[in-house]
Amino acid sequence: MMQKNLDRRTFLAGAAAGAALSALAPRIAFAAAAGTERRFIFIIQRGAADGLEALAPIGDPDYARLRDDLALDPATATKLDGTFALHPSLAETAKMYAGGEALFAHAVASPYRDRSHFDGQNVMESGGTAPYALRDGWMNRLAGLLPKTHTPPTAFAPTVPMALRGAHRVTSYAPSRLPGAGDDLLHRVELLYQYDPQLQAMWTAALDARGIADSNEKSDRSSATIGKLAATFLKKSDGPRLAMIETNGWDTHNQQARRSTQLLSGLDAMLAALRDNLGPAWAQTTVLIATEFGRTAASNGTAGTDHGTGSLAMLIGGAVQGGRILTDWPGLGSRALYEGRDLKPTTGLDALIAGATAECFALDPARTGAILFPGGISGRPAEGLIRT
Amino acid sequence: MSFDPAIALNRFGLGARPEDKVPADARAWLRRQIDIYEPRPALIAALPGTMQIATKFAERAHAARPGGKDALKAAQAESRKEARDLYRDAVEARLLHAVTTDAPFTERLVQFWANHFAVSAEKGVVTPFAGSFEAEAIRPHVMGRFEDMLLAVEHHPAMIYFLDQTRSVGPNSMAAVRRMQRKGKSDIGLNENLAREILELHTLGVRSGYSQADVIEFARALTGWSVNTGAAADARTDIAPGAFVFRDNVHEPGPRTILNRSYQQTSEMQARAVMHDLAIAPQTATHIATKLARHFAGDEPPQGLIDRLAKTFIDSKGDLPALYRALIDAPECWVARPLKFKPPYEWTVSLLRGTGRHTFQKLQPAPLLRELGQPLWEPGSPAGYDDVAARWAAPDALLRRVEAAGRLERYFPNKLDPRELAPKLLAQTPSEGTRMAIDGADTRAAGMTLLLVSPEFLRR
Repeated sequence: MMQKNLDRRTFLAGAAAGAALSALAPRIAFAAAAGTERRFIFIIQRGAADGLEALAPIGDPDYARLRDDLALDPATATKLDGTFALHPSLAETAKMYAGGEALFAHAVASPYRDRSHFDGQNVMESGGTAPYALRDGWMNRLAGLLPKTHTPPTAFAPTVPMALRGAHRVTSYAPSRLPGAGDDLLHRVELLYQYDPQLQAMWTAALDARGIADSNEKSDRSSATIGKLAATFLKKSDGPRLAMIETNGWDTHNQQARRSTQLLSGLDAMLAALRDNLGPAWAQTTVLIATEFGRTAASNGTAGTDHGTGSLAMLIGGAVQGGRILTDWPGLGSRALYEGRDLKPTTGLDALIAGATAECFALDPARTGAILFPGGISGRPAEGLIRT
Repeated sequence: MSFDPAIALNRFGLGARPEDKVPADARAWLRRQIDIYEPRPALIAALPGTMQIATKFAERAHAARPGGKDALKAAQAESRKEARDLYRDAVEARLLHAVTTDAPFTERLVQFWANHFAVSAEKGVVTPFAGSFEAEAIRPHVMGRFEDMLLAVEHHPAMIYFLDQTRSVGPNSMAAVRRMQRKGKSDIGLNENLAREILELHTLGVRSGYSQADVIEFARALTGWSVNTGAAADARTDIAPGAFVFRDNVHEPGPRTILNRSYQQTSEMQARAVMHDLAIAPQTATHIATKLARHFAGDEPPQGLIDRLAKTFIDSKGDLPALYRALIDAPECWVARPLKFKPPYEWTVSLLRGTGRHTFQKLQPAPLLRELGQPLWEPGSPAGYDDVAARWAAPDALLRRVEAAGRLERYFPNKLDPRELAPKLLAQTPSEGTRMAIDGADTRAAGMTLLLVSPEFLRR
């Protein structure tokens, strides 16, 4: 009953967009309806990516003090306006911004306010207001709003991530062991063994022997490979319209400057590979990049940052009304910080997602918001994000 | 005191499973497993037996014989392929049983004895029987007397083939004498392999007082111990292929003197009598006591424990459950700090138990064990796999475990929360470093991976 209702809603939304319709064959009409050429990709940044480093508020009077050695060098960062500068590793992304294809939403967060990765990711991916309150993911529910005439929503990951799980058919594709994850695991194990002299010595010897070292080039190559792989699926006329790509390793408690350079340059390479390989479909594409929560405003004692709250979300693609930074900037003054330590969230990630997906697929924004985030969204769905 | 359940599950058992109830009385839980021991678990009982396999191979060869050389070659190739399949099936059954059993302590004991009386499957003639050897010679006697297990092992075709006993011929046996008359020279003779390994590895232990002369005398006593191959020469017997046979015509006649004791018996009974004495010898008691103590109380086991176990062995005439009860009662086995670095097999089994596996499906545990350096039943040497950390705790081996855990991550059920499971799956309280690493993981599955390669999970 519910399902029928939804279909009718979507159908009407399509009608409102002025698509050709046949009252007798609404499902076929769907396929032809506006929005079906559209692609929506969610790149999840697992581990709590640092929005204050990717898009740094270098004009904020408290930024340099808080970030200390981690503060971006204004000479190398790409200044976007009087306040914000993009990390130098996001060079291709900067070009997209200049071309009106990248929109940054800053001081964003899901409704989750604690600092556990698992719980935070569950809230972000399920679309619930509390961890494990919902059993399916918002992207799966979004799939229920779209015609089923294409390849099912596809995860470029070894397993189906929470955001895509649910009643509607989805698939996953990982031709081999996904690169990137391995390096993150090796790094975490290094920390895991740091208090165990026997294992630490063995671990160091093993890595030395295999010549495994962090390499930006390697990370870029593997990220670009996934971007290209996803693009070959998504550019097909009957290819998936919804896709998800997982990126890991954003949990930079130490050595952040070095690791962020690697992580962001990998993300940049992935986005460039999507753009370069999607061809004409890039104009129909919206890529959402988001993380479970942000990192502390101040750097910690180990040249990194700890779990925080507000962060950065990006909308990137030929369909995005970009070249803008969307933020109600709360500032980094000590009284402006959430719980005295984190960037205070001023925009709901759910409102951003509801708005972006509704506009992407020409769906009714309020209804989309209610389906994707049944516990309600913070504020109203954002508007004017995607070209219609 | 509160560590006892975790020690029972991990050091005595094969690792906790998510659904396991923590045993309220750890020692009672272990003793109960001795009482309800199942010598033929369903997964193992479903596998074909030695005689069944050997009969099939013999019949295949027999049927091919009229077709000449090529047909025989083809039949042999087919049997070799089947042998590898049998090996793989047996490995999977043994692993799945280990992963799912509710009696992990007694299964650990099966593994201990199978490694003590090791055969090695990379020897082609052993390959098809590696699984049936354990099922027929080890499992039935794990709750019996040491002597019975020893006799079952040395009578089993897998061991007889593995240690070349079928080739050993008494120099003065009827077969050797006849050969000498026919060919004018002797090209067959004693093979000391089985005799030596029984003394050195299975019973008394290396450098425990026996001499090379004892080895030769014992080898002479063992001549005639063989296997019915099912070939034409054996057709006159009514014993099935793959069964033990005593071949009187290759047995070295006469009495033997081994370790200053004279054995007047004739035929098979002679070596049996030797083994009876070996099985209850004090050196054997010390040898077995040392290995058991090393397995449960650490690579350098406390002498006091070895002495108590050896005394139990002697007093009970090798009653194995008496030894297990002594281990359960030994405070040396219950110290809170980890005493052992898990070898790859143990680590893999505990990982699969810890992640709640009930089937393997696409997960292929046999190649995994090979990659980690401990393929099942393939120690390569009759000494079995080493039971000390020095053998297993090595840089590349560690990296391989981490990589394997990372690769297996996709099989970890998402419902498993490593934060909840850590106290249960680890043999000790998770360290601050491990807790932080798990808390800091990006995903539950990644947290599980870190839990499974954590220092506390690598040891028991």
